[in-house]
Amino acid sequence: MRKLVEQSAVISENLHANKQVGKSKRHESATRQVCGNARYVDDMPEPSNTKYAAIGISQSTSGKISNVNLEKVRASEGVIDVITAKDVPGHVDIAPVFDGDPVLADGEIKFNGQAIFAVLADSIMNARRAALLGNIDIIETPHILDVDAAHEATRFVRPSHEMQMGDADKTMALAELTLEGSLSVGGQEHVYLEGQVSLAVPEEEDRMHVYTSSQHPSEVQKLVAEVLDIKLHKVVVDMRRMGGGFGGKETQAAQWACIAALLASRNNCAVKIRLPRQQDMMVTGKRHPFENSFKVGINNNGIIQATQVIVNGNCGHSPDLSDAIVDRAMFHADNGYYLGDSHIAGHRLQTNMVSHTAYRGFGGPQGMIMAEAIMDAIARKTGQDPLTTRLNNLYDDAKRNTTQYGMTVENNLLPDILSKLAESSDYWQRRDSIKTFNQTHAILKKGLAITPVKFGISFTAKHLNQAGALVHVYTDGSIQANHGGTEMGQGLHTKIAQITANEFGVSVDDVDVTSTRTDKVPNTSPTAASSGTDLNGKAVQNACFKIKSELAQFFASQHQAKAENVRFANNKVYVDEHCIDFVALVQQAYVGRVSLSANGFYKTPKIHYDRSTGKGRPFFYFAYGASVSEVTIDTLTGEYVVDRVDILHDVGASLNPAIDKGQIEGGFIQGMGWLTTEDLRWHEDGRLMSNNLATYKIPAIGDTPKIFNVDLYDRPNTEDSIYHSKAVGEPPFMLAISVWCALKDAISSLSNYTVDPQLDTPATAERVLNAVNDMQGGI
Amino acid sequence: MIEFLLNDELVRIEHERADLTVLNYLRDSRAMCGTKEGCASGDCGACTVVVAELNTEQASSRRLNYYSLNSCVTFLSAIHGKQLITVEHIGNTSNMHPVQQAMVDNHGSQCGFCTPGFIMSMFALYHSDKTTNTEKEATLARHHVTTALSGNLCRCTGYQPIINAALEACSNTPNDAFTANEAFTITRLIDINKNTDIGTEQLILPTTRALLKQALNKYPRARLVAGSTDLALEHTQQLNALDTLISVSHIPALSRIEQRPDKLVFGAASPLNKIHDVLTQYFPMLDEIVERFASLPIRNQATLGGNIANASPIGDMPPVMLALNANVLVDSGDSVRKIPINEFFVDYRKTKLQKNEWIDAIEVPLPESKNQIRAYKISKRFEDDISAVCAAFNLALDEKNCIKALSTGFGGLAATPIQSSLLQDSLIGKHWASKETLTLGKSILQDAFAPIDDVRASAAYRKTVVVNLWHRFWLETNTSTQQIATRVIEHA
Repeated sequence: MRKLVEQSAVISENLHANKQVGKSKRHESATRQVCGNARYVDDMPEPSNTKYAAIGISQSTSGKISNVNLEKVRASEGVIDVITAKDVPGHVDIAPVFDGDPVLADGEIKFNGQAIFAVLADSIMNARRAALLGNIDIIETPHILDVDAAHEATRFVRPSHEMQMGDADKTMALAELTLEGSLSVGGQEHVYLEGQVSLAVPEEEDRMHVYTSSQHPSEVQKLVAEVLDIKLHKVVVDMRRMGGGFGGKETQAAQWACIAALLASRNNCAVKIRLPRQQDMMVTGKRHPFENSFKVGINNNGIIQATQVIVNGNCGHSPDLSDAIVDRAMFHADNGYYLGDSHIAGHRLQTNMVSHTAYRGFGGPQGMIMAEAIMDAIARKTGQDPLTTRLNNLYDDAKRNTTQYGMTVENNLLPDILSKLAESSDYWQRRDSIKTFNQTHAILKKGLAITPVKFGISFTAKHLNQAGALVHVYTDGSIQANHGGTEMGQGLHTKIAQITANEFGVSVDDVDVTSTRTDKVPNTSPTAASSGTDLNGKAVQNACFKIKSELAQFFASQHQAKAENVRFANNKVYVDEHCIDFVALVQQAYVGRVSLSANGFYKTPKIHYDRSTGKGRPFFYFAYGASVSEVTIDTLTGEYVVDRVDILHDVGASLNPAIDKGQIEGGFIQGMGWLTTEDLRWHEDGRLMSNNLATYKIPAIGDTPKIFNVDLYDRPNTEDSIYHSKAVGEPPFMLAISVWCALKDAISSLSNYTVDPQLDTPATAERVLNAVNDMQGGI
Repeated sequence: MIEFLLNDELVRIEHERADLTVLNYLRDSRAMCGTKEGCASGDCGACTVVVAELNTEQASSRRLNYYSLNSCVTFLSAIHGKQLITVEHIGNTSNMHPVQQAMVDNHGSQCGFCTPGFIMSMFALYHSDKTTNTEKEATLARHHVTTALSGNLCRCTGYQPIINAALEACSNTPNDAFTANEAFTITRLIDINKNTDIGTEQLILPTTRALLKQALNKYPRARLVAGSTDLALEHTQQLNALDTLISVSHIPALSRIEQRPDKLVFGAASPLNKIHDVLTQYFPMLDEIVERFASLPIRNQATLGGNIANASPIGDMPPVMLALNANVLVDSGDSVRKIPINEFFVDYRKTKLQKNEWIDAIEVPLPESKNQIRAYKISKRFEDDISAVCAAFNLALDEKNCIKALSTGFGGLAATPIQSSLLQDSLIGKHWASKETLTLGKSILQDAFAPIDDVRASAAYRKTVVVNLWHRFWLETNTSTQQIATRVIEHA
């Protein structure tokens, strides 16, 4: 097998010669994680007065609460306190942006599983058992679970939005051929291995200290303050690490922290709440299911002239982040292709489901898959190989370089990435052997597909594109870095430590990145939108610059040198012919009364988006990549395997090739799960049926493709990102669309590649078999 | 008393709730938080621990068997007389175990929450017998790894670095502190196992048939427990208290595995993983379904008797045992009666087992002729998933290639594991290679069952698939068609 990481590492190391970045440093917590002493919230030693909370949830899907009888709950063994929305001293609504998410149901039931009351007891088992004993009378009202019914009832959580370039209707009418299609795109449960958990510890007077597993400590701080009706400066949120987040702890962690804080404040004791897995899956939002459709006008060569796409996000009962999520689906309906004159419409439908939320890709995947559906449809219509269709329709540098929202695609890497990947993966030769395989195999059929990814980097809510940091140098030369980003496994703290070490010219072992605390860096953005390193890395670098500048002036003045000539490297500081150990300079600076601590700040330049016109440059840059997947399907059962995957992905100048590769592999497999086995099923009465890990199947170890080649397209970002690296959290997720396209390719072989099969996602074995039977029945 | 080694420490427990799981014991009673709770239902593996037990061979060749299990669905009864090994014990940050070092070196942890579970599954693999010296060495090694880690979910890495770490760390002969201390550990475990007065007032561990009978009489409301992988869910998921439990796992006869000339006898408390080798030695084509039965840690605990007594319509072993014409030996403590398995399942999760009876063993008759046996499982995921449909066929042909006997077993298609007697009866005497036989079987199976729609599959899919599995069986067992590839995964 090819040694892909090593190759990449060589390139990176040349870019970052003698530096702490660009190297495959191990995850900062790796040794503790493998030894079992990396501490998560539930592992923390508890204060001696800790009590345990659980929630009582609705078994109705929609209605008005007419009576709440909690006598049995109160009488249950070990119960200390029971609260409902009435007991909240401050705000009941803890919605992140637009109203609609009560911390406990406030008169109305919006979805099956909604929290109605919370119990505090002396043990977790007593709390959970008591929580089953509530008698809640609900006058049920008709519920809506799907997008069509919501459209019919005109139920939207937010207004619809449109993007438009040119006159799509007119150009469509003139096109030589038009094609239409629709696609049902499934949602996804996050399955962070560590479930939702919070520990609230009351402090002096009305102050509150909260440990939580959250991607957004500042928001938890704000919401805890609001439910308690205290000022923000009374609340400290501390977040060391999450056992996975993936977007599921961006807004969805706050409710549990608020409930813990409410009970802690009322009872003056520490309160821990940890959701059992089944409840976690029922009461927290998921990736939005979408119902999308397209119409394209093409010329006889399969080049798009006009595009109309409608995306319908099933948002659940409240807005949560759905405005931005559906926007991102719209921003990515082009993926890497020039849509010609285009019209993109996005609707945010309200249903009686848990409020769907952020999940890696944030709507991007549900939009991007439409672009790939369009490519497949064109290829089958024109008889082209799907790769040819894709190459022909890529953005190019001439006129065809404007997106549906008016942003110019500069420095487009996709033509090169696709051609390099097609070559390294032997695409064309394998295409031939697969055709032969399919002609000679009656039951098994193979499919092959290559798909690109172009993903916009930046929060589309402009104000979130800022970050703060706080860096301390101590008198033994050790350095502590703190920033607003949170560590959920993605290696952010490792990269931050590398950046800090690199700036001071010391080893990463001299740098510790501490837990994320709202009293160290305030008013931070969520760790989301792949932005963790881009934003916080720059903010930390900015803090380092300030300290270095003080040290440089101090050192230069000792030798009548210029501060700008001072260099930090190899644990030493140099100016002209003079050199001093870093630690010695730090100690001298301390005695010389020089500040060894600084905060840093960063805001992303260049970005703007005018929602009233649907035009702008919402993204600082794009991250690119492409993947090739080969699958084998069984036409008797619909079962299939992914035999081989090759990936070439753009991370700019990699800060840490091993961590970046880990994000790419992990994102790909998570995306593959979304499109294949992860099947969210709601009962028509509104209950989530796939509510545990026995019925909801994420990829297991045997699903990892036997051949899995991952290579970094290692070239510096042309924009001024941190050391010209690129964000890597979300983009690789969408590389998995090639698996879906390969499944369709295998099914299409039954029609000799003349028919594009309808294959909604997730493409379970059942759906694949149905598509096979449709194909065979239709011939 | 419950007695075991917790890592190196001898632990004696006199009083404890019967339904205390090993996971909660570690985390709550011992503040050993390296072992994580991900699901509390045996589905994710974050809580994986390793148990070392004395093998049952002669004292002179005493060795330790290391196996992984899910501590979240394990009661203390399962670790009596054994060494419970947790992630904190196998290494530390300044002196890591080879499997820990390999995980670090291969960047195998991201969020790290699943990592201790993976480490423990890898530790069990490290200490297992591995046969990698064949021509298919590379494939087999990877197959060993994916089997050993089949019960561990990781949501971050995509598994590739974990596979690499396991291949790197587990390919060699074990050589760590545990192998160095093995003789001493064996001595300590022998000492513990000398004690015959075992169990507590809530957790009854009879060691003989007579004591089991006595316990059942004395505690009429107690539940029988073997592997506990299903029973424990009543506690961890439904939050029920299980006040008194009687474990059948400490009666040696109930764990017997006998190979007789005409039959195989599997004691009801034999874990599935111990049955695996013997069963597949006689019926090699059952390898795939046994390997797809839950995950390795579950198979290390779950028993054949439990899977049959449970009588779930979606259990994987009942259809296989139906097709193999097994008999269930049912014991009352006074006498043993033999019930053909096709009469054993009465209704949804109801069997012929009477109160105060238990399953003693399952007898699998060995066919006189070389039968064609296949068992197929269809599920959303290959590993660690529950069947949407399970179909098992056992075909005896005469010298003219005509059907002498056919028995079947199906799961996921009715309220109980079920046979199709119509199929079995209608095809006797038919020529196996004839297309009419295929078609007749298809048309019978098309209408044989009225399955339900549920979270795993639609009724329509189940009906289609069972017909197509019959087609697959026909293709795979006719000499003129058996070269046609029919399976997307080929197990070694």
